Amino acid sequence: MKAVVTVMPKPAILDPAGVAAGRAMEHLGLKGVRSVRIGKSIEIEVDGADEKQLHEICHDLLSNPVVEDYKLEILS
Amino acid sequence: MATISKAPTAIKVAVIQFPGSNCDTDCQAALASFPGVTAEIVWHKETSLAGYDAIVLPGGFSYGDYLRCGSIARFSPIMGAVRNAASTGVLVLGICNGFQILCEAGLLPGTLMRNRDLLFRCETLHLRVENNESPFTSVLHQGQVLEIPIAHGEGSYFADAETLKALNENNQVLVRYCDASGNVSAAANPNGSLENIAGICSHGRNVFGLMPHPERVCEPILGGTDGRGIFKSMIEWMATHKSNN
Amino acid sequence: MANLPANPSITPELIAKHGLSPEEYEKVLSILGREPSFEELGVFSVMWSEHCSYKNSRPELRKFPTTGPSVLVKAGEENAGVIDIGDGWAVAFKIESHNHPSAVEPFQGAATGVGGIIRDIFTMGARPVFLMDSLRFGSIKGDSEQAKTNRRLFAGVVAGIAHYGNCIGLPTVAGEVYFDDSYNGNPLVNAFCLGILRHEQIARGAAEGIGNPVFYVGAETGRDGLAGAAFASRELTEESKADRPAVQVGDPFREKLLLEACLELLATDCVAGIQDMGAAGLTCSTCETASRGGTGVEIDIQLVPQRAKGQTPYEVLLSESQERMLVIVKKGQEATVKEIFEKWDLPYAEIGKVTDDGMMRVRNGNDVVVNVPARSLADDGPLYSREAAPFTPPAPLDLATVPQTDPLKALPQLLSHPSIASKRWVWRQYDHMVRTGTAVLPGSDAAVFIVREANKILAAATDCNAIYCKLDPSVGSRIAVAECARNLACSGAVPIGVTDNLNFGNPHKPENFYQLRAAVEGISEGCRAFNVPVTGGNVSLYNESPAGAIDPTPTISMVGRIDEVAHITTQAFKQAGDQIFLIGEIGSELGASHYLLAIHGRKEGAPPALVFDKEIAIHHALLGLIRKGFVRSAHDCSEGGLAVTIAESCFGTNFGATVDLGDTQQRPDVVLFNETQGRIVISVSPSDKAAVEAELSKSGVPFRAIGAVTAQADLSITTGASVFAWPVAMLNETFEGAIPSLMES
Repeated sequence: MKAVVTVMPKPAILDPAGVAAGRAMEHLGLKGVRSVRIGKSIEIEVDGADEKQLHEICHDLLSNPVVEDYKLEILS
Repeated sequence: MATISKAPTAIKVAVIQFPGSNCDTDCQAALASFPGVTAEIVWHKETSLAGYDAIVLPGGFSYGDYLRCGSIARFSPIMGAVRNAASTGVLVLGICNGFQILCEAGLLPGTLMRNRDLLFRCETLHLRVENNESPFTSVLHQGQVLEIPIAHGEGSYFADAETLKALNENNQVLVRYCDASGNVSAAANPNGSLENIAGICSHGRNVFGLMPHPERVCEPILGGTDGRGIFKSMIEWMATHKSNN
Repeated sequence: MANLPANPSITPELIAKHGLSPEEYEKVLSILGREPSFEELGVFSVMWSEHCSYKNSRPELRKFPTTGPSVLVKAGEENAGVIDIGDGWAVAFKIESHNHPSAVEPFQGAATGVGGIIRDIFTMGARPVFLMDSLRFGSIKGDSEQAKTNRRLFAGVVAGIAHYGNCIGLPTVAGEVYFDDSYNGNPLVNAFCLGILRHEQIARGAAEGIGNPVFYVGAETGRDGLAGAAFASRELTEESKADRPAVQVGDPFREKLLLEACLELLATDCVAGIQDMGAAGLTCSTCETASRGGTGVEIDIQLVPQRAKGQTPYEVLLSESQERMLVIVKKGQEATVKEIFEKWDLPYAEIGKVTDDGMMRVRNGNDVVVNVPARSLADDGPLYSREAAPFTPPAPLDLATVPQTDPLKALPQLLSHPSIASKRWVWRQYDHMVRTGTAVLPGSDAAVFIVREANKILAAATDCNAIYCKLDPSVGSRIAVAECARNLACSGAVPIGVTDNLNFGNPHKPENFYQLRAAVEGISEGCRAFNVPVTGGNVSLYNESPAGAIDPTPTISMVGRIDEVAHITTQAFKQAGDQIFLIGEIGSELGASHYLLAIHGRKEGAPPALVFDKEIAIHHALLGLIRKGFVRSAHDCSEGGLAVTIAESCFGTNFGATVDLGDTQQRPDVVLFNETQGRIVISVSPSDKAAVEAELSKSGVPFRAIGAVTAQADLSITTGASVFAWPVAMLNETFEGAIPSLMES
């Protein structure tokens, strides 16, 4: 099974890295930057797991539910 | 007839201050401890480095190390002047975050990645001088073991095989992590750097980047003076080159 | 003014949800002469909370000695106290807790705790130069869910402190970490910061100058910290819950910029007052500056830089977004502020002005949503004298009930107890060398830091043995002060000031309140004895879970001064052949000891006695020897007793020691592991032995020559007819390996 997990900071949480990258973009000439948020993409290849298990892994290991949301996409 | 001797002109070093640089005043203090040297903090928004004999990119967390270490600082206005200076042979020293910025800016090959054990690590360790034919290591001897501290979370040097081969063939690896006896061993490698590489210079040998902090060991009260050799080498080189002008 | 139509109506349930008692609400009504608006209810609720007002502890805190010839700004006056250190230089320092947030999200809880204390220092006009921290967790041994949680909290807290401190470029130079099951569910994170300034640079948090503009500088305001607040949004839906983060996220890069910008700003003459936005954010800084200035402050919420859309005035007022400051600027100097904040790329806005009517007034455009006398919020909050339960001090430990154990096994066991074991795993994650001033690195009794710009040498230590405090809070708190002073003496320093972090359970429970009162009184006694003022500190209450309260933990941080580089002393033995002296008694008190806890699983017995006169005499004697150049190493006895002390002095060297304690007619385990106070182990050159004996005899303190440092790396201790010996390498490995082996599996 192939899956991609995207982990992003929760919408209301401050993302300092995103803020810094956004300002750098403006300095590089990109006008009108409204928001930049930085997360992680985790690519998984695993034999014999089911979606429920993967969701648990996403919740318990790959994201910090206090400050992050995750999105699990099963590719195959 | 009386001969009038000319007083030696002071050596001027620019220490670049980026938003988030922390070791700028430390570098300034270390350089100023050498007679005849003036070290000035230069704000990253300046665009000229005329009149400076050497440039230091100090340690710290420029732009918080956000995105990738040094990835935003490399676009600072001052970097144009740094690049020009480097191309004319002016000495450029990048320490820790400074090394990371030089790699991101393409002034040195390779990149620095997250420490192998994923933890920030601050401790004094040993470096072996691999080559003393450079403006940064000329007063040291080949094989000399120096005690210099590191303090970083992303210090693992990486370059592809071709680049590594060239670095070794051109004697561009100036310092490697080693044990107290000078053995370059896996156990002595604090961060997973390929071939225990702690610092490299450019092909033209006037740009040097290293992860350890020589400015932290320039006074006996702080635990040692093994950092002075690097600065002394630079100063001697600059004094020779200045008088040739 | 009235409650705006879109707001919830003020009902008894709403009042209760805001944590205000009916009596407190009556007080609000009498202050205002009318019903409060929803925003005003929120403002009173937060300013009169225990966290902001110290309503349960202030009557006790008044007992601290806070004055003295060296005090330039005293406790309670401003954000941090300031002490003179000579030649026109001064230090500002304080310790603060962030316990509850660290239990929720250890990384960010600890990080924002560090951020908060740093702001408290630079808001005084001081450049922060170093940090310390005092951490407590439940046991990290074993495979229970609780132990796993404790390991996660420990790792997260250390990583958070490292993240913030390293990024902002401040060295963390000392600290302590303890592990005890009373902290299960209630980790303690106390963060200390010290900064340096010239006398004339002292900045005040007062809104001076009618008509002066009020500026907001720093990060944009979001909904941080509002999850706990009732009715934070007008429509309380699942969606709006997701909008309210349970934790504040710190941005140390932003704070580095803020720090540099504020210090640059303060160096110009354009600042009339400056205050950081910490707990209760904009609300607290607004009413406190007005109250201190005897003036009023009026601000407009719509002018506040915001990072989330559609925030209500209530949310903006109560937000705890980090890295923000309030600056009262001298009228006409606004351009300077703009120039500096644009240079450092920081958001800023002129949001209001200083008035002459003593009110905290908040507008939302044309509507006035808050109009409250500033003093009533900041200073005239409710105060309570809680009930303290009567306390019977514990009986001394009955030794007959403690089976003898073989010291050969007990010493390694003690050294491997995480509270005693090496904390290198922790401080290796902190950059403890940045700013090139750390003359004594972590791992010795006290940190020693050279402040280059002032040409002064400072020492600092933080201590609290909570087992002593649990068994007898009065004795334990006195010992905390004495132990800090002893650690400073061992580094060659004289104490100059104290800051305290009082960590206790629910103050409504009389037994907990007794602990708070006894601790304050014990600390006060100690500070008077050592002639040091308390410059300020922090109180953290309600540290308890259904299982019970934490052991009372009044953390003491003490700062000292060393006159000359030559006086700087460390704990490690320096040369084979050096003569070892014990200054103090051999001792006998095993009650409340770590030996009793770690080996026998018992937390009982009266803690060791503390006699201030004796203790002070010993410190003076040691400092006298140090100043004469006799002392090669000095290490004080604390947890684990003499055996641990001497072992620790061997670690990090290639040496051992051979020690004979004579015939004390006591059990070997009592001799080796008792925790009698007022004891220091020193080593001196053989050629100075006679002179040292003469000096110590003259001083009248108890002492004895107990042995020598050896080239052979074995530790040998003789007591009576028994000889115990261990290879130092084995002890060192045990000491160094304990925490890494628990954390790195």
